[in-house]
Order: sequence, then C-alpha cells, then structure tokens
Amino acid sequence: MSLIYTEDQLSLIKMVHDMIEKEVKPYVAECDRKGECPDELFKPAFDMGLHMLEIPEEYGGAGMDYETTAMIFEEIAKVDAGYADTLVTTFVALRNVILAGTPEQARYFADTINQGKFACFAITEPGAGSDAGALRATAVADGDDYILNGVKVFATNGACASLYVVFFKTEEGVTAFMVDRGTPGFTIGAHEDKMGFRLSNTTELIFDNVRVPAANIIGEKGKGLKIALNSLNLSRAFISTLGVGIMQRALDEAVAYAKVREQFGKPIIKFEMVQGILADMAIKVEASRCLVNNTMKLMDHGSLVRKEGSICKTFVTDCMQEVTSDAVQIFGGYGYSREYPVEKLMRDSKVFQIFEGTNQIQRQTIAKCLEKEYK
Amino acid sequence: MNILVCVKQVPDTTEIKIDPVTNTLIRKGVPSIVNPFDGYAVEAAARIKDRHPDTKIVVLSMGPDQAKAALRDCLAIAADKAYLVSDRAFGGSDTLATSYIISETIKKVEALEGKFDLIFCGKQAIDGDTAQVGPEIAEHLDLPQVTYGLEAQVNGSQVQVKKEVEDGFEILAAQMPCLVTFTKPAWEPRYSTIKRRLAANHADIPTLTAADLPSIDLTRAGLKGSPTKVKGTFVPQKKTGGQMIQGDTSADSAKKLFAALNGAGVI
Repeated sequence: MSLIYTEDQLSLIKMVHDMIEKEVKPYVAECDRKGECPDELFKPAFDMGLHMLEIPEEYGGAGMDYETTAMIFEEIAKVDAGYADTLVTTFVALRNVILAGTPEQARYFADTINQGKFACFAITEPGAGSDAGALRATAVADGDDYILNGVKVFATNGACASLYVVFFKTEEGVTAFMVDRGTPGFTIGAHEDKMGFRLSNTTELIFDNVRVPAANIIGEKGKGLKIALNSLNLSRAFISTLGVGIMQRALDEAVAYAKVREQFGKPIIKFEMVQGILADMAIKVEASRCLVNNTMKLMDHGSLVRKEGSICKTFVTDCMQEVTSDAVQIFGGYGYSREYPVEKLMRDSKVFQIFEGTNQIQRQTIAKCLEKEYK
Repeated sequence: MNILVCVKQVPDTTEIKIDPVTNTLIRKGVPSIVNPFDGYAVEAAARIKDRHPDTKIVVLSMGPDQAKAALRDCLAIAADKAYLVSDRAFGGSDTLATSYIISETIKKVEALEGKFDLIFCGKQAIDGDTAQVGPEIAEHLDLPQVTYGLEAQVNGSQVQVKKEVEDGFEILAAQMPCLVTFTKPAWEPRYSTIKRRLAANHADIPTLTAADLPSIDLTRAGLKGSPTKVKGTFVPQKKTGGQMIQGDTSADSAKKLFAALNGAGVI
C-alpha cells in the first residue's frame, strides 16, 4: 500500500472490510447476474453510517474527512463498486443540498437519508450528456409552485431513492430542484440492463406535470449548472477511489492466481512476461491511489479540484481498463469465464470512462484550465 | 439499569494452526478478538439498553494492556465505560483465581460506577473452554445465576432469561442483581457505527491493579493461588470431512444413507 495510514484509518478500514466481506461479498455474483442489489444488503452499511460518512455531524453524519472516506470506499469497491456507488451517490446528493440549499432543505434531506434511505442526482437526458446545457426538461412557474416536465436517463439510484436532486430549465436557465419520491406525476421509467456495474441501480425518471413548491428550488434560479459542477467535482474524485478499489482487487486476484497456476512445471509468476504484466498493474494501482489521495487532501483543504479532479478521474479510469483487462489476461481462459471474478471487474470498469463526464470532456476541462493558467 | 459485562481477549481460534512437530499452538500472527460468547453478552446488554435507554453498560476485562483492544471493540459496539484489571501478581491465574480477582474488581468498579443490576458473561472462552469463570464470579459475589442464556429481558426487579437446554429452551426469571452467562443466540452482535468506533479508539480506559483492590487476598491470586495444575495437553483428533448423500428424491437419499450405514456396520 502506497499511503501512510493513521491508527484510526486502519481500524475503520478493517471494520468496514470485515462487514463487507461477510454481509455483501457472498451475494455479489448473484446480484451481478440479476442486475440488482436488494435493499437489505445495505442495512449494515446504513447501521454503520457509511451513507453519511463525510456529512457534517450537525446533520447526523460522521463528519469524516474526504481522505479517510475515500480509503473506506476503496475497501468497499474491492468487493463491489456498484454497491459502493449507491452509497456515494447518496451522500454526494446530500452534500449538494448542504452546499447550495437552505439549512431547512439540508436538514430535511439529511434527516430523510439518515433513516437509511437513498438519494439520486439526475441531470443527464437523452439529448444532454456531456453537453449539460442542452437540457430539455422544463420547470414552469405556476403561482407558488413549479410544474416539472421531462425525462432523465441513466439516473443512479433512480428506482431506490427517496429523495432526488433534479435539474430543469427555467426562465432563468438551468435550475436544481429537490423532488420527493411519490410526488404525483413523478414515475420511474425503464431500468438499464447494463454491461457491468450491475449492483448500481440505473433508471429513467419521468416527470409528467409534477407540481413542486418553489421552496424546493436548490440554490439560485438559473445557477443549476454551477451547482451540478460542484457536485460532479466531488463525485469524480469518489468514483476514482472506487476505481482504485476495482484495480486493487484485480491485482490481488491476478497475483494470487499467478502464484498457484503452473505451466511448464512452475508457477506462471516465475515467467518474465507475466512478471511484467503484474508489475505494470501494480504501478498503475499505486500511482492511481496516490493521485486519489492527493485529490482528497486538496478537497479537504477546500479546493474545488476542477483541473485536479479531472486529471485524477481520467488517469485512474484509463488505468482501470488496462489493469482489469490484464487481470483477465493473467487468468487466461479462466479469466474469460464467469466462474472467476476478474471478467466482472473488466465489465464494471468500462463505465468509469463514460460517467461523471466522459474522459474526453475531462481532457477538454484540463486543457481549458491549462489555457487559463498559462496566460 | 446498570449492567456489567465481563469480556476476555482471546486468539481467533479459527485462524490458529498447530505445529505438527511440537503439537503446540502457533500463536504468531494470530489476531486477537473479543471472545465470541462475550460478544453475545455485550449484544444482550445492548438489547436491554435499546428498550431501557437509561441503561449504563460497563465492560471489564482481566489481562495484559493489549486486552484494551478488546474493550475498545465492546465500547464501539455498545458499552459506555470500560475497565481493565491487570497486575503481574495475577499472572498464571486459573479459573478460580481469575473469578476471585474479577469479583474483587467488580466491588471496586461498583464503588465507582454504582451497583450492577446485572452481570453478563460469555458462557466460556474459546481458548480455555472451561465455562467456569462466570458461575464462579456469581458464587464469589453470592448472586443468583442463570447459565446458557440466549436472550435476556428486564421486567421490573427481575430478569427473564431464555436459557438453552439440551432439548430446547427454558424461560427462567431471577431477582436482580443476578449473573447471566450467554451462549450463541440466533443473531450476531450489531456492527459499530463509524462514530462509535472512532470514539472507542480514543476512550480513556482505566487500568486497575492489585493496589486498587484493598480487600484482595493475593494468596488467592496468580499462579500460587491457583489450585489447578496442568498435567499435560493434547491436540484433539482431527475431524474427517463428512460425506454428502444426495439422491434424486428424499426417498432415494434415505436409501443411499441406509446402504452406507449398513455397509459400515453401524446398523
């Protein structure tokens, strides 16, 4: 491990490791096949407060710094990154309301989540992905209320959330709204049958003349994109830590296998070309972990990590493709079989280059920051 | 409500290997854990606290300073306060001496924390497997006791215990103060929250020594105060794996089982 951990961090990592190995790991393969994760698997995570880790204590969270939170989520992601992301998405949505909303909105959101409920953050639409400004979903003022119409796609926690942060076009521009599950006219659409990351619930959200009070507007009207961006900075850093978890698991599995798999009368780890693959995997895992750790420390010191978060997300998630593919290579034919754990890691990895801003958009962001820096 | 739970730090026997040459335990690198039966006792206390929130749970352990790690695990799960009793003079104590030292320590802790309505123990420690310390503490303190408890509930001045017996269970009621030992119930101890874990890591755990126990008779403690003499140890015979019998139907399985038992000359 490339980091220096405090005694407290080690004790928390161990505690979460023990829980996740016992309560979640035995069920991951079946959940992956079915493309769902039952709510009861999250009960121990809720009991521990993992969905509120970095949330300030005044809102019922553990008040943990981002650095330690990331270490804990890397551990969870080693078992399943989709499971981990269900929790990450919940606290990112809550953090968004704490940062941009009123204290009353934050209290309401936190009190709901604290009971062991999920949250969802929905901006993407069929025609608005990387181009978030091209939203078509609308919110039209009607007295003291707003009427919401439109469709959101690829909404993480879409079908399991109790509270939603959703972005709509108003007269003033893109505006964030808080929407309760069960609001009349708000329904959950199709469930995405994904290639990987299958324990993470992804659905459409359909808004058909949904009436919400103007008091549900988060932050200023027309400032939604800025609010969304602040959240994406946070979630980018956290999905990077999940990426490190996936890569570490791939490395753990590959080394263990290479030590017992024999060809030509000796374990394959004794062959130079296999050694080269394993060493390259380890280099990428270690470098990624250090980069994530530094990004978390920057966030702990109040940085918005616009450029650094993009660099971190792009580097880590590009590495993931190579590391997980290499793990399959080490396993040979068995790696391609669903009986072994590494093909899932490879399937789970692809989406990391796509969501939270594609890696192409990240590179564009990095270049824009460079252009500004070198005036 | 004031509950004391006595806990012991033990090596995780699921991780222990036996040296095939010397026939002794290889303890190196084996993690230490809270004796699982003591963990059930802590959870039983926590469940009483769930119903009676004004309950205070105190945990006590006897052992070297490292045993504080086990106490911190209990603080993380449910305990409000922890004490360690530790002294070189207590080294080598057998169950009788240990239970005597703990009972003397309980008197001291009661002076600090108030009288205990309930004293909970695991039925036995997984390293020694004697199942003697809990019942002996009750005798030293002249308390009623219920052993092999699965669950405990408080009703007024009584504790009602679901007790495991060979062919099922019994429900017993005892006047408090009372000592209860716990066996494995249908549930596991709860997980600690992150917040409690961090608080437990930094909790102050007082260490009591012989000097803090003014009424203790040291001739009854330690190796010299222990009547038990170990004459020899042996490694239990390794269990061989069972044989799974699986037929297409239940009747088919029964026939195969009958044939196997008949063939082995058992029936």
